[in-house]
Amino acid sequence: MTLTTPARAAAVSGRPTARRPNRMRVWATRAPLLPALIFMIVVTQLPFVATLVISFLDWNALYPDRRGFAGFANYGEVLTDPDLRGSVWTTILLTVTVVLVSLLLGLLLALLLDRRFRGRGAVRTMLIAPFLLVPVAAALMWKHLLFNPEYGLFNGILHAVGGDGAAQPDWISEMPLMAVEAALIWQWTPFMMLILLAGLQSRDPQLVEAARMDGASDWQVFVHLTLPHLRRYIELGVLLGSIYIVQNFDAVFTITSGGLGTANLPYTIYQTFYQAHENGLASAAGVIVVIGSIVLATFALRVVSSLFREEVSR
Amino acid sequence: MATVATTAPRHGRPPGRFRGAALGVVAWLAGIVFVLPVLWMVLTSFHSEADAATNPPSVAAALTLEGYREFFGLTGGASPWPSLINSMTASLVSTLLTLLLALPAAYALSIRPVKKWTDVLFFFLSTKMLPLVAALLPIYLFAKNTGLLDNIWALVILYTAMNLPIAVWMMQSFLSEVPVAIIEAAQLDGARLPTVLGRVVAPIALPGIAATALICFIFSWNELMFARVLTGVVAGTAPVFLTTFITSQGLFLAKVCAASLVISLPVLAAGFAAQDKLVQGLSLGAVK
Repeated sequence: MTLTTPARAAAVSGRPTARRPNRMRVWATRAPLLPALIFMIVVTQLPFVATLVISFLDWNALYPDRRGFAGFANYGEVLTDPDLRGSVWTTILLTVTVVLVSLLLGLLLALLLDRRFRGRGAVRTMLIAPFLLVPVAAALMWKHLLFNPEYGLFNGILHAVGGDGAAQPDWISEMPLMAVEAALIWQWTPFMMLILLAGLQSRDPQLVEAARMDGASDWQVFVHLTLPHLRRYIELGVLLGSIYIVQNFDAVFTITSGGLGTANLPYTIYQTFYQAHENGLASAAGVIVVIGSIVLATFALRVVSSLFREEVSR
Repeated sequence: MATVATTAPRHGRPPGRFRGAALGVVAWLAGIVFVLPVLWMVLTSFHSEADAATNPPSVAAALTLEGYREFFGLTGGASPWPSLINSMTASLVSTLLTLLLALPAAYALSIRPVKKWTDVLFFFLSTKMLPLVAALLPIYLFAKNTGLLDNIWALVILYTAMNLPIAVWMMQSFLSEVPVAIIEAAQLDGARLPTVLGRVVAPIALPGIAATALICFIFSWNELMFARVLTGVVAGTAPVFLTTFITSQGLFLAKVCAASLVISLPVLAAGFAAQDKLVQGLSLGAVK
């Protein structure tokens, strides 16, 4: 058993002679990989195949005898039923808003934290805190502690500042989707900030200094050096953020319970099979989310792999 | 402070330093705005229910442990302990299993790599990008038919699989930081594989392995959707316990705050402990 570097491993396995011990060695190298690979495929990947099969069935769990092949009928229903179509739209709106706003805030915060100032570590810790609450706990906090029309902090502050005549909006009923978005933006801005801060700190300081020496203003440095360098980190933040937020269940479930037009696809899928027992329909909606995610993931993987290659070649 | 900074250049002082100070203040303000809801939650959790539900808010109300006593069921009502123990079991056991499976895999992708190891690595990553909600129904049906419904082991298995891709990615990047030359030198000195792993690889990779474990723990602890669907009264986890607070129940704000904080405590502790490696875990190893 000798350890081999990647190059040597390639050379060894590429040799055509002495096949048998060679094959043994190849499998010995692969062996440590197999338990993880098999376990993961069985538990999380095979169910997708089952979902795909069920999506073509007319299957309501309350009437198990009437199960039959439905062709693309479930897909037709997902795309024509106003509620289900609405949840596709809600998912897109929720994801785009949360990702873009938290990215922008995250960028501003990352730029602020990239400078040296007193208490930088403390501020960083404060900014990360929202991300380290259990998502359900954070959503409960927004729902009861901040948004509550009678004793929530927001209306409390409005009351304290504006006196007895101050507006006391019922935040969640008046702007349900924005209420969910606000909670998610608060939780996801730290994530964006951390990624972008890592990007800022991987800049070549000499390059910035050289540009400054040549008389570049802060704005010019930002537009011509910082932003191009950050581009891939921004892409990464957008794509990973999208992947996580498309899948969001906790905030919608907690803050509005999917009511008032805030039901996104994960919530709708949960409801379609858990409460309405429409297994076929829920699976068709699931397949649609998977297709959407594959499109996103294709771009995400490209970005990750370009960052990864750079890291390996460094 | 902000006004001082904006007027400073007019007084002919060096503008850079004042602008720097002003931006520092802005950063502090931003930090305070973000952390304020959490601090407000901490304060409210120590108020009596009557003081917690006033409008305008009573900031200086007397402090009490009433909310915590209520949450822990000391005044009657459901005890959160079973759900906390379930969460601990699911998170700790699944994290341990994840590490046991991910470590050898990461070894085969870094120190002694298989052919096309980058392809394998990206396969792991791509599975993490598929929404697990689409797998919810088959997993539920499987658990129902095998009697795993409302059984904490269903969650242990699920969380292990859910965290494997992240763990493999993080661990791969930590193990590939171990210089090959050191390993080869140890091997030349006649060290066998277990010795090499224990004496050479482990000390270098240990901080990374710890960070990976903490991040897997956080993800398992936070998970709600599967816990909600697959568990009931017996195996319900802490986030499921929290969902009982979704509908208002009269004066219960202090209790909600106490519950949210106590249940978030393990995540806050793990998160701050792993702060430096947090990005790496969340970005699936793409950012260091």
